[in-house]
Amino acid sequence: MEPIILKYQVDGSDFSMAGEASSSVKKTLKQLGFSPDLIRRVAIAMYEGEINMVIHADGGEATVEISQSGVRIILADHGPGIKDVALAMQEGYSTAPDEVRNLGFGAGMGLPNIKKYSDDLKVETELGVGTTLTIQINT
Amino acid sequence: MMNVHELAAACGFTYFNGKELEARPVEGAYCCDLLSWVIGRAGDQDALVTVMSNPNVIAVAVMADLPCVILTEGVRPDEKALEKARENDVIVLSSSEPTYATALKIGKVLAG
Repeated sequence: MEPIILKYQVDGSDFSMAGEASSSVKKTLKQLGFSPDLIRRVAIAMYEGEINMVIHADGGEATVEISQSGVRIILADHGPGIKDVALAMQEGYSTAPDEVRNLGFGAGMGLPNIKKYSDDLKVETELGVGTTLTIQINT
Repeated sequence: MMNVHELAAACGFTYFNGKELEARPVEGAYCCDLLSWVIGRAGDQDALVTVMSNPNVIAVAVMADLPCVILTEGVRPDEKALEKARENDVIVLSSSEPTYATALKIGKVLAG
């Protein structure tokens, strides 16, 4: 199979509708016949990443590379950057605002959940410039 | 194993969406209102039991591939949530009882 590359703009303006890109990737993977387990891991990891981009960075770009061996998700934003990545990787640590918490997010589980469901997670971040997550999920 | 429609009938839950949808098996339930916990920890055969009724609840059910959402305390989904459930074929049920009582009922029914 030739690698497939999908690109999305993640809209940062409407939190309640976040997840459009993840939903589209999920449908594509289903059509391509990937296993339910891989599809679930991709959907969860990408959705958490999308939610983070909407909460913290007013959206961003998502690039998804699909190949026989797995799925690589690259989420790039131009938000404030992450001050302390080690702290952000800890369950329960969150800098999300109250209105997001009221909707059931911001419990400090985003990055830990992404790590849990992926085979590899790379976080590149620079304060005032933005954050890029590279998430690898193998078949 | 029991499916969603059988569980709904046995527990007396009503439908907000999905009465006509194909029912998937239900093995247990995950009771939580914090969606990041749900998406990280609910199993793919767990019914999500919650009072949260916004569209993100439906998105989480889709991403985590959950068989259904059960809203407790008689909570109604908002219009955007309902629309998302219809678009994504998510079964949304209603329980008039609180989350704890709903979970006990589900546990009893699933234990046979």
